[in-house]
Formats: sequence, structure tokens, C-alpha cells
Amino acid sequence: MTAYLDYNATAPVRAEVAEAVSKALALGGNASSVHSRGREARRVVEEAREKVAALVGASPAEVIFTGSGTEANNLALSGASAGRVAVSAVEHDSVLRVAPNGIRLGVDADGRVNLTELESFLSDDGTALISVMAANNETGVMQPIQEAAALLQSHDALLHVDAVQAAGKIDISRDQMDADLMTLSAHKLGGPQGVGALIIRDGMDLEPLVKGGGQERSRRAGTENVAGIAGFGVAAELALNELDQMDRIAALRDRLEIEINKIAPDTRVLGAAGPRLANTSCLTMPGVSAESQVMSLDLAGVMVSAGSACSSGKVTTSHVLTAMGLSEAEANTAIRISLGWASVKEDVDAFLNAWGELYRRTRKQELEASAA
Amino acid sequence: MTERRRQPLYLDNHATTPVDPRVRDAMMPYFNEIFGNPHSGSHAFGWEAAEAVEMAREQIAAMIGADTDEIIFTSGATEANNLAIKGVARFYAEKKNHIITCATEHMCVLDSCFQLESEGFKVTYLPVEPDGLLDLDKLRDAITDQTLLVSIMTVQNEIGTIQPMAEIGAICKEHNVFLHSDAAQAVGKIPLDVKEMQIDLMSITAHKIYGPMGVGALYVTKKPRVLLEPLFSGGGQEKGLRSGTLPPPLCVGFGKALEIAAQEMPAEAKRLGRMRDLLIDRLTDELDGIHINGTMEHRVPGNLNISIERADAESLMAALPDLAMSSGSACTSASEDSSHVLKSIGLPNELAEASLRIGLGRFNEEADAVYAVNRLIEEIRNVRADRHDIAAAEQSERVGK
Repeated sequence: MTAYLDYNATAPVRAEVAEAVSKALALGGNASSVHSRGREARRVVEEAREKVAALVGASPAEVIFTGSGTEANNLALSGASAGRVAVSAVEHDSVLRVAPNGIRLGVDADGRVNLTELESFLSDDGTALISVMAANNETGVMQPIQEAAALLQSHDALLHVDAVQAAGKIDISRDQMDADLMTLSAHKLGGPQGVGALIIRDGMDLEPLVKGGGQERSRRAGTENVAGIAGFGVAAELALNELDQMDRIAALRDRLEIEINKIAPDTRVLGAAGPRLANTSCLTMPGVSAESQVMSLDLAGVMVSAGSACSSGKVTTSHVLTAMGLSEAEANTAIRISLGWASVKEDVDAFLNAWGELYRRTRKQELEASAA
Repeated sequence: MTERRRQPLYLDNHATTPVDPRVRDAMMPYFNEIFGNPHSGSHAFGWEAAEAVEMAREQIAAMIGADTDEIIFTSGATEANNLAIKGVARFYAEKKNHIITCATEHMCVLDSCFQLESEGFKVTYLPVEPDGLLDLDKLRDAITDQTLLVSIMTVQNEIGTIQPMAEIGAICKEHNVFLHSDAAQAVGKIPLDVKEMQIDLMSITAHKIYGPMGVGALYVTKKPRVLLEPLFSGGGQEKGLRSGTLPPPLCVGFGKALEIAAQEMPAEAKRLGRMRDLLIDRLTDELDGIHINGTMEHRVPGNLNISIERADAESLMAALPDLAMSSGSACTSASEDSSHVLKSIGLPNELAEASLRIGLGRFNEEADAVYAVNRLIEEIRNVRADRHDIAAAEQSERVGK
């Protein structure tokens, strides 16, 4: 029996999505071709565009399909050249690395961005681009996007929101977060890997990263990934219709944390005080490295991660957790558990058993060691 | 009169190819069952996905004579071309600032070069001869001590002509210049060996060879080491050259497509060549005023590009909804401009606007070629007759006045 609890790395593809992908793969046709086969492919792409637009309450013309969320973040930050740049210290690497010289806005102990720092950044002259993620991939902590957007109102500044983890888990429509640019990724919400989107406010200038061919209104060249886009559309539609599913997932996650606290009162749930996505839990096992925790859990068939997937190949301390004030030692004992559409009580039970056993074993060894 | 097909006959295999059912079968488990993030290092699902990606990388490397660690996955050839050209130019900008390419390159190569010009690079756009091929002396003459990169496509996407890449490779080596080739239309259709051809960077894509859209690759040679500035940064995947979660199902499909191509290429090339010859022979036997664009001698077997006197492509395409073909390339087929490629081989506007590109592929059968040529001959005659009638009517009107 395996328990997959790493939805923030990638979510299993939904059956409806796989079916749409399979159908589109059988269709063939280049969406730029003018003959009937091409027009059919175009129709599939445009229907999906409408569904993705609906997820964020944008118009279809504001959706630019990309090859990934990373590409969309890169396109937003390097394409919307707006002079000064400030990003929250807990952003994904695909934002931080594109803005190496950008100001880092600090976060508090709960992982929430410091709005006073944002205000003081905005008070300086010159156009600016601010990037704050809707919800963090490691902790699930949600940022005060609407407050940030309100602060930007009276300034010549653009707001980019990386909503890759938030999409499908909370309402990310424009009424909730009024962003000029927003990044989405299909595979985090049950869609296929290899497709993302940047939502841009209508009429905005954007310098493309990939040129030639004129696709996506000349914002992103390259033959459209018709099947991937079709799958993205279906995943976006399901995510929008099933937002209330998150209550079920929240109950699973909350039970997990309550039980963990019973097993191990010395554990810390990171970002617990701030508003968080209902599916994510980032917690520590004092004295036990995240590496040994995930290895031990994997042996028991429980799949979670130490930090984000992109960097989980390397042993580096999470910049997210250190920004929240954790020591390097403590940050290195944190693992991420993330649930999703197919998660059930048994998955949580499997985690609790495996994690609990590891906890008790190490505590026993410690006791024996100190007794000896 | 030929009885018309209900379903259009797909003859646009340069724009994209249907996904081979064997490829789709190989991909689907990676949507349905094995869905891990290949960069998840902490659990079995991640490792399985990573293994599938590496297996595909081997299949791709084998097809072009590269080593596995010389393959960087991208979202397609357009991204690979952008990454290769802008990546090399920006990395070495302090050392050399001259790039040589060719007038008949794909728009994404030309656009990348235009962008580099605006960043201060000098770019030479070599002309081609009327047969579509480069004059290698002109290439030699264009190289200076400032030349960093030469970018020449292996197979032209509109006229199917094959450039002498091994000779171009030798010239570039002799002058110590990097060579990039857009081989999107070549891979799986003609034998390619990056080491023999001395190509340093090569862009390829899956969807032109019966694989899925949304995945391509850039070959980057290890020896001599070529360094690139990435287009995107982030998680540092693909050796830092291309950040972003890799899509295992698409990578698997790409690998499978090339594995099939490796086995079937020789027989398929012969079969497509026979069908293509049937088309040309009948068109030129039964009609006058048919011009073949580009050399027939050095050309991929599935390609035919013709200009038709006294008939414009638009009327022909409208009369032939049962044949899915194109005039020009798919990427630019919505735009009104006539082909930059056909202009480059010296075609007058009238003939450039009266051109058709027919791309035969794996799923076309000989009966399809017969059907297509019958319908083409019929409608070319009709369009010409209509045009003749209109001309005659105008003539008599003028005479009447």
C-alpha cells in the first residue's frame, strides 16, 4: 500500500484530464494551420483558454499558455520590465533567480510578507514590479494579496502573483486577488505536466522570452501543446467546480496535525498561525533530519518531501523556513505533507503510523543512549 | 470526377504529424498511473518518473549520435532554437559578437537573431541559391574573427531541402566557430550524426516525428564545451539550462517516437519518396506550368513544394477542403505575407503566392497519393478555367466599351 502525500510537487492526473489529453493526442493538427484539422486543434486550445480564464475570472485573451509555471514566472518578471523589483523572501526559485537584484521583502514568523516593508519600497520613486505568491509551496501559508494590491493602488507599480500552489485550493479570482500578472501551472491541480499559463492584464506590454512564429499573440512562440492545453482546461474547470472539496481535505489535514501533536508534543507545525492552504502541512521532528524522515517514510510506502521538489535533489536548507526565522538546524528537520483530490483517510493513517513509529524509535534510542 | 472524401486527407506533415498510436500507448501510463514529479528525490514515484525521463533521453541521444548527458529537454524546437542562439550569444557576448545564419531559416531563428541585433550583435543573413542550398564559399567568406556562431537548418520546413551539414560543420571547425542547426524537420527522416557532422548544438522536436506536441530538445556538445545562458531560471533542472518541471509523459513519447523512427526510417523514406514521385510525375505530365521549388536531389522524401502558374493558392485551397495542405509554413499561415523562403530562392511574387506545400507522412498510403493528385489536377484545371473565363469576360467588357 502506498500513500501519496506530495501533491505540492505534482498531483495525480485526473481521469477526466487523461481522457481529454488522450482525445487531443488522437486529433492531431497544428493549431496554426488553416485547414480543418488545424481549426479543430485551434478550437480545442481556445475552449481550454476559456476554462483557464474562468478559474481566475479573466478574459480568455488575457491567458498566455507556456511550457510551465517556471516559464510563466520568468516571463512575468523579465518580460514586464518595470524598473525596480521587489519580491517576497519566500518566493519560488523561479521568481527569486530571475530577480537576483530585486529587493527581498521579509516575512514574519508565520511566513506572511511584511507589508510595512512593501509600503516603504513603494514610497520610493520610479515604476516597480512586485511579486508575491498567493500561497507558499512549502508551508501553504497564504499571503495578504488583496492588502498588497491595495497598497499598490496609488503607485506606478505592477503586481505579479505566483498562484501555482493556490490555484484549485482557494478562490484566486480577480475579486479576491487583483493582480496584473498571475502564474498558473496545470500539473499542480490534476492537469498534465508541461503546460502552464501567465495571466496578464489586458493591454499590458510584455517582452517575450521565446520568439518566432507569433503564437500566443506573439507573447510566447512555439507550436501550441494542444493535448496539454486541453488537459489544463479540464483540470481548471474541475478545480473551479470542486473548490468546496477543500473542506474534506482540510478535515484530513487537521486531523493529521492533531494526531501528530498527540504523538509528538515537541513538533512544530510551521506557519500554523497564519492562514494556510487546507492541504499543506509543514512540520518538524526535532533532532531528526528531513532526509532520514523521508527515507524512512518512503520505505513504509508514504511519499512526502523535504522542501520543494525542485530542490529536493540537493541538500540545501529551505530559504522559506529560514526567512521565517528558523535556525538552519531546525529547518533541516522539517518535512512537507501535501494532500489533494484523491487523498483519503487511509493515506493520513499510513503517514501517522510510519511517522509515529520513527518518532518513537528515535526517542527510545535517545533514552537508551542517555541511560547508558 | 473523383468522389470526394468526407474526412479531409491529411497532407500537412511538416506542420505537425499525427501521434503514432504506439507513442500514445507508451505515454498514457505516465498520465494515468506513474504521475510523479521526476525531480522529487524523496520517494519511489519521483524516481520512477525520473527513470522514464532518462530512458527517453537515451533514445533521443542514440538517434542523433549524441551522449545522453548532451540532451536538454525543452518545450519544443522553437524554445530550443531561442535557447541555443540567444544562450550562446549572450554567454560569449564579451568575446565575439558576430552570428551567421541564413535567409530561409525558421522564423524563430530569424526572430532570435533580430533580437540579438537589437542587443548589439552583428548578424549576417546568407542568401541561398535558386535550388534552396547554401553556397559554401559565401559561408566561408562571411566568417570573420568575430564570428561566434553559425546557425543553419538541416532541412528546410517549406521546401524540404537538405543543407550539406557535414561540409558546413567542417568549415565551422576549421574557423573555430560554433555550429547550431535547427533539425526539427530532419530528425527521424534522414540519418543524423552530430559527431560526424561536427554540429555543436542541434534543436529537435517530437511533434514533427509522430510524437506529442509540447516537448523538444537541444543537443549541446560536451566537446568542445559550449556554455549557454538559460532563457529561464528557477529550480535548476536540466543542468541549470532549462528550469521547470519536466513532463515525463511527453519525454517518454518523444523517446518512443524516435525509437520507432530509428527502426522504420529507411523503409519509410523509400515509401514516401515513391509516393512523392508519383505526385510530381502525374502533375507535371498532365499539367503545364508546374514549378518545383527547391532541389529534388537533396530533399526529404515526404516533401513537395510546387508553384502553379495561372492559379493562386488561396482559390486552390478553398476548392480543396478535402486535402489538408498548406501554403507556406503553419506558423505563418495565418499571416498574409507570402513565404520568405520562396522569395529567397528567387521566386517572383506571383509564383510565391501560388505555392502549395504537400507533406506526406507515415499514415498516408499510396491510394492517398493517387486521390490527392487526381483532386489536385481536377481543381487546378478548374481554377485555371475560372480565371480564364474571368479574364475573357473582362476582355470582352473592355472591348465592348
